[in-house]
Amino acid sequence: MDHHTHSIAGPRELQMARSMCWHCQSEVAGEYFCDRCVKVQPVSKDLDYFTCLGFPRRLKIDQHQLEAKFYELSRAFHPDFYQNKSAAEQTISLGNSAMLNIAYRTLRDPIQRAEYLLDLEAGSVKEIRNSPPADLFEEILELQETLNEYRTAGRASETESALRVKLQSERNTLEQRQRDMEATLQQLFVEWDTLQDRGETTDQARTNRDRILKQMRENLSNRTYVKNIVNDLASTIG
Amino acid sequence: MARIVGIDLGTTNSLVAYMADGCPRVIPGRNERTMVPSVVAMTDNGLIVGDPAKEHLTRNPERTVYSVKRFMGKGLEDVQGELAYFPYHLTEQGGVIRIKLGEKTYSPPQISAMILKELKQRAEAHLGENISKAVITVPAYFNDSQRQATKDAGMIAGLDVLRIINEPTAASLAYGLQQKTQGTIAVYDLGGGTFDISILKLKNGIFEVLATNGDTHLGGDDFDRQIADLFVTEIRAHHGLDLNAYPDHMQGVRLEAERAKIRLSDELKTTAILDLPESKGRYSRDLTRDQLESLTMELVERTLEPCRLALKDAGLTSRDIDEVVLVGGSTRMPLVRQRVQALFGKEPHCELNPDEVVALGAAVQADILSGGTTDLLLLDVTPLSLGIETMGGVMSSLIRRNTTIPASAKEMFTTYVDGQTGVDIHILQGERELVKDNRSLARFRLKVPPLPAGVPRIEVTFLIDANGILNVSARDVRTGDTQSLAVKPSYGLSDDEVERMIGESFKFAADDLKARQLIEARTEAETIIMATEKAIKQGAQLVGKEDLSSIRASMAAVEAAKSGTDHKAIRAKMADLEKATHHLAEVLMDTSLKEALENKKLSELTSKK
Repeated sequence: MDHHTHSIAGPRELQMARSMCWHCQSEVAGEYFCDRCVKVQPVSKDLDYFTCLGFPRRLKIDQHQLEAKFYELSRAFHPDFYQNKSAAEQTISLGNSAMLNIAYRTLRDPIQRAEYLLDLEAGSVKEIRNSPPADLFEEILELQETLNEYRTAGRASETESALRVKLQSERNTLEQRQRDMEATLQQLFVEWDTLQDRGETTDQARTNRDRILKQMRENLSNRTYVKNIVNDLASTIG
Repeated sequence: MARIVGIDLGTTNSLVAYMADGCPRVIPGRNERTMVPSVVAMTDNGLIVGDPAKEHLTRNPERTVYSVKRFMGKGLEDVQGELAYFPYHLTEQGGVIRIKLGEKTYSPPQISAMILKELKQRAEAHLGENISKAVITVPAYFNDSQRQATKDAGMIAGLDVLRIINEPTAASLAYGLQQKTQGTIAVYDLGGGTFDISILKLKNGIFEVLATNGDTHLGGDDFDRQIADLFVTEIRAHHGLDLNAYPDHMQGVRLEAERAKIRLSDELKTTAILDLPESKGRYSRDLTRDQLESLTMELVERTLEPCRLALKDAGLTSRDIDEVVLVGGSTRMPLVRQRVQALFGKEPHCELNPDEVVALGAAVQADILSGGTTDLLLLDVTPLSLGIETMGGVMSSLIRRNTTIPASAKEMFTTYVDGQTGVDIHILQGERELVKDNRSLARFRLKVPPLPAGVPRIEVTFLIDANGILNVSARDVRTGDTQSLAVKPSYGLSDDEVERMIGESFKFAADDLKARQLIEARTEAETIIMATEKAIKQGAQLVGKEDLSSIRASMAAVEAAKSGTDHKAIRAKMADLEKATHHLAEVLMDTSLKEALENKKLSELTSKK
């Protein structure tokens, strides 16, 4: 395997290495296959998932187009079709397929796609929230208490059924909350895409960009928090 | 490229198939049957496999192994609950179950290898060429250890296992090829020992698995047990006999239970009959389909929850399923069909023989790998989440279940203490929070250069290949050096042990072949002697004394050679005998022809009356 030389090479050399066919040393004009010797080329580990699948960094993606691209590249890279090829090509096929599969899995889901984009653009890992979002603080505290009461209440007792009704209504409220957050996220996605499409480099545009990313991050982590609470609720009251 | 065959290595039966002119075909044996019972018996004359071994189940239960697939990739503690059901002796060595047969012990992959060899020979005899490459199917819900054990079995049998594929997806390939289906399908696969459900999306030749679930310890065997338990209880109550003390009779009960179950798929009522030991006479009992269904209802219900979970993971409801396909012999049970139909709200497909469809699909996959088919592509998933142990005995997931394979994940490791030279890594598979509730796959120690705490950076890549088998590699990010890892499987054979078994297998193969040829020659010699004796009785008066004495001398020579161990000598003497009986045979043929003609005339006369 030759790709660990990439990480110690500088960015310029890395670019060089990428543009040369590993097999015939010719400059690769083709996207995934060498134009001269038709050998499969390794997808660079530094390639982001959007580029890998041939999509711009936008948050709205046509699912059918994405799937079609995934199938097309699966046909190009899958190890099934490299059984009669050299060991080097088999290794590339395996690596490319694994990369493609994770790329597709990430981009297929709108939330994972946004989290991934946030990671690319703002360069930070997913934030895991341990405390409730400020505007939900009181509500969540009360809910935790009710949940504890419910868990300790006797089976089929009156308290249990009363608490169940209460929890069910809490659950409905929280699910609505989650839907609201997702609607806000959708708006932010559109804002992001519009901003990118305009391609401005003004200070105004930069400020806007940072604001959208910040709001998106907050929204995503709040949504995950609420979603976990809803799941917990659902598994407790069934 | 050399031909690749497709093999269904089943709990109860195994099959081998190949692709002929774009159409997969199952290879029949000399007895014209396509299924080889997955049974291996140790006899005084050596190991035998398949139909002849099945006869030893009741004759020689302690030395006849069946359902070995249940033990693949497992330790003894995994099967504690059902040890009493197996008449052969199980032990454990190095985390791997061992089966004691006579003086020797065998690992489950070695026993499976014997079945694979039988299939290999069958294919070689049928196709007239050497077979060394195969695709072997496994239950979709098999974990890494069980898959690895299957691959080991292939290697021990002298097969290059080019791909391990999942049984329900193999079945979908066979169906898809036949019907050019598009849309979302559910494959419900209930075999002899395992249950799988897979949800797939079929579009333009791509078979994309969306989700899979199952139970690797639920199948026809368990249904048989319910019935067998009923018989044993009743025999105890009515005849005062505990059959558990008679392993041969316990096998008889098990087989009769299986036969009754099979009959009840077509009939509403059947009678089970068993001869009892200790001159206690016979046990005879009517069993109705209703009774069978109440005995097995709970087991059938147990298959439905995995179906619901798979739908949920695929983000679908039963209404989204366009077609339901039934696979595995146990889906012949009307109750199973009813429950599946009720769950999905659709009449399930069962056009293809549910016993053969998996082998057919394996042959299709073999054809894809050999480059024969390029328009079909199977994108399968890993059935279980893969992770590593972290602080506090918690599992941290790296590759989620139902991720399309090949799949990889990278994890960076560093040290907590200055000068620390190693990091222990424990790999797990499963869906639970705590390490102890998941399946331990393997452990290894990462070598780290002695540096201040937190400075070393070792990147470990966990890669699940297209077989669903894990490969681990590590790289020091600072130096770029890769390191080889000595991964110790928790429930598997070590590489050295597999190597040794392959060697032994080749050594024994020569002995086995000799033993087999001897047995065959002896059997045929017996047949020819019996036939000759019969011929002498019929036609001694038709030939001269000289002829008769030369026949007798040749018979004696065959008898003498038969007590020796040289199969070639036996065959040579048999050829002599055939020459000696040539004249007698001709004379007899003429007489019987005449008689036949006369009989014919006679019958014509009588029919005219």
